[in-house]
Amino acid sequence: MGWLTAFFSWLGEFFGNPENWSGPDGIPMRLLEHLEFSALALALAALIAVPLGLLIGHTGRGEVLVVVSANLARALPTLGLLVMFVLLLGAASIWPVIIPLVLLSVPPILVNTYEGIRGVDPELRDAAYGMGLRGPQVLLRVLVPVALPLILLGCRLSAIQVVATTTVAAYTGLGGLGRYVIDGFATKDYASVVGGSVLIVLFALVVQTLFTLAQRVTVSPGVSQRLKVR
Amino acid sequence: MGDGPPSIWEWIARNWDTGRVDSIRNLLTDHLTMSLVPILLALVLALPLGLACVRWRWLYQPTAGLFNVVYALPSLPIFMLLISVTGLTQTTVIIPLTFYGMAVLLPAVVDGLGSVPDHVRQSAVAMGFTPLRRLLLVELPIAVPVVLAGLRVVAVSSISLVSVGALIGQGGLGGLFTRAYQNPFMPPVVVGIVLIVALALVADGLIVLAQRLLTPWVRARKGQGA
Repeated sequence: MGWLTAFFSWLGEFFGNPENWSGPDGIPMRLLEHLEFSALALALAALIAVPLGLLIGHTGRGEVLVVVSANLARALPTLGLLVMFVLLLGAASIWPVIIPLVLLSVPPILVNTYEGIRGVDPELRDAAYGMGLRGPQVLLRVLVPVALPLILLGCRLSAIQVVATTTVAAYTGLGGLGRYVIDGFATKDYASVVGGSVLIVLFALVVQTLFTLAQRVTVSPGVSQRLKVR
Repeated sequence: MGDGPPSIWEWIARNWDTGRVDSIRNLLTDHLTMSLVPILLALVLALPLGLACVRWRWLYQPTAGLFNVVYALPSLPIFMLLISVTGLTQTTVIIPLTFYGMAVLLPAVVDGLGSVPDHVRQSAVAMGFTPLRRLLLVELPIAVPVVLAGLRVVAVSSISLVSVGALIGQGGLGGLFTRAYQNPFMPPVVVGIVLIVALALVADGLIVLAQRLLTPWVRARKGQGA
């Protein structure tokens, strides 16, 4: 059980150090950075993936794109992609790191948005057309609310992934909580490694919880009830 | 060796088998170990757990909830936290990957067993199958397609995720990425990405093949229908 005492003493050393609570290397700033980069990447990914998924799901065209992107995103190694972009574009700004983060977070949202739209009961779709709604209206007023649980699931999976990838991206120079882990490991400062790791894990759990709550709050009660019956 | 930077093929030839631990060949073997062990472990552990969850339904919600949380934990900090227990070894990478795999496979096993039609189960009972024989000869074969669909996801993502381990010195082919970043050089990155994607494709193909061999009736039925 030696490691457990070591673990807690490292935690105490990290969180008890007043230097870790202020300045550009302080926990508040690093936390804010992590939030900023993750949110930026996720927002850009959602801006690309949701409309694209709606379009492909609604028109049934370009389904190959969905399948290929999903498989490719799972197979492509995050670290390799990050290093490749930084070597290609240099590290003058955050964009060489943000671009791969966005690329990797598009597929989960794309796949689930697409699946959500395809999974809508065809009778419901027909009924909407029968009531005189036009294509875009059917999509926005009927298909999107019914597909919302899956769209949000996609966003949650992407968010989890982006938090993890932002951590790894600290290796290629991005700020955020990953810095404590990467720099601490490089300088054998294990208090930093352990404290940073615990912070990232807590951060990921908060993100997971918030998205799960958002799923509960924003999904129409009719839809969530119907899913329960099935 | 010419003047300018070596071509990618030259680089591969020069680094394939240098006899050092970081030769491409050694990294490839390490990568295979660190991805195959968690894939197989996850399958071996998720099967009985899934069976237990099907038998005792109350077990499923909390177990699935727990693995849902496990799945949300980022790999790098988990590797780092495990170092103090398992050291800078392959085990430190293998343990978290096993849990991620189980998080995907558990619902697959439960859904797969749930996809067994009730009349099939009842027929098996009526034919005098004991519960164990019914499970092995009737229910598990029917669950195979769903379980293997989950295993494909696990295989591909485990193979790519191993490379993050390079940040603690245990990343198999991921070691090529850290090496390329430390003295900026593109060929190792390209070779690493290509090899990892190729490994993932091969693993995926093998599982698809296994599925065809394990469920011959699927094709037979399609043939009849045509």
